[in-house]
Amino acid sequence: MSELRSVYGALLLVLCAPLAAHADAAATVREQCASCHAIDKPDYAALGFAERGERKGPPLYYAGNKFNAEWLEAWLQKPVRIRPAGVVPSAHVRATPEGDVVDPSTLSEHPALSAGDAAAVTQWLMQLRPFDERIAAQNYEPGQIAMRMGQMNFSKFKGCDACHRDSPERGGESGPELHTAWNRLQPAFIASYIADPLFWDPHTMMPRSGLVDAEVHKLADYLKALQETQP
Amino acid sequence: MIKTAVTTALLAQLALFTAAAQADEAPAHGKALYKIYCTQCHGVNGNGKGVNAAFMPIQPRDHTDSAEMGARTDADLFKAIKEGGKAVNKSVLMPNWGANLSDDDIQALVAYLRELCCKAN
Repeated sequence: MSELRSVYGALLLVLCAPLAAHADAAATVREQCASCHAIDKPDYAALGFAERGERKGPPLYYAGNKFNAEWLEAWLQKPVRIRPAGVVPSAHVRATPEGDVVDPSTLSEHPALSAGDAAAVTQWLMQLRPFDERIAAQNYEPGQIAMRMGQMNFSKFKGCDACHRDSPERGGESGPELHTAWNRLQPAFIASYIADPLFWDPHTMMPRSGLVDAEVHKLADYLKALQETQP
Repeated sequence: MIKTAVTTALLAQLALFTAAAQADEAPAHGKALYKIYCTQCHGVNGNGKGVNAAFMPIQPRDHTDSAEMGARTDADLFKAIKEGGKAVNKSVLMPNWGANLSDDDIQALVAYLRELCCKAN
């Protein structure tokens, strides 16, 4: 009987372990991440544009619809800056006679997590998928584009390089860099965000350009090509 | 009769007061929006030297240039912000903000641009 009880106990422990880890991760995220990131959908209309001006990190309440889990887990252990001018560029820029420059002393580093915490937090964040339907509705099939054509489209025709870098040396600094975007983000999210950034973030600083699917897909393919041609 | 006239006059006063208050608020709201949406290209001081400008083949408009800005009507500025540079035969680097900002927001930006270009000089 006591043997049976201990087997039952062990079984219970095994079954509950993932739940406990899940609860720990939830607590970690609420404690450590929520002061800079929206873990729940903000009431954008009530908060107004001030929300964008005061934001400290990108919203994470749809992390599971956005990120590649493998990238997220690795990045949390060794974070590298994605937004050269921070989340609110005007707060990290100073005027000089030659023009505005990023003031790195005002930018804060993202904390690095242990391997265990990174795995648990990633697992927890990846289950935040309020926009599964939106992602499923995407008809983007990743394809090929010639680098030169892709670059010209990205810069000259669509003007994306005004705010985004497509290489560490080229492009604007106010938006997130895009030369590692394919690694970071799910293809369907990339296509969906380019097509309608306001769906994902009503206070985004990215305009909704009214691109047709083929144009969106061409830009997404360029981000794929960028990743593939990197050393 | 007198009562009606007084009420009408009071209401007219109130409408004027509200309009004046809104006109006062517009540049302040515009300034807040400008800081978030415009300074990265047009500069924290509005002089066209934003942090993105160094990488652009065409320099963003200097909003403190009163001659340049004076040559444009409010309707021109509104259209450029709402529909983007392409709509006014300017650069594609100036995006269309009509989906991100309401017409009232854009009007507030135009009001702030008028302060930036012309009141200081």
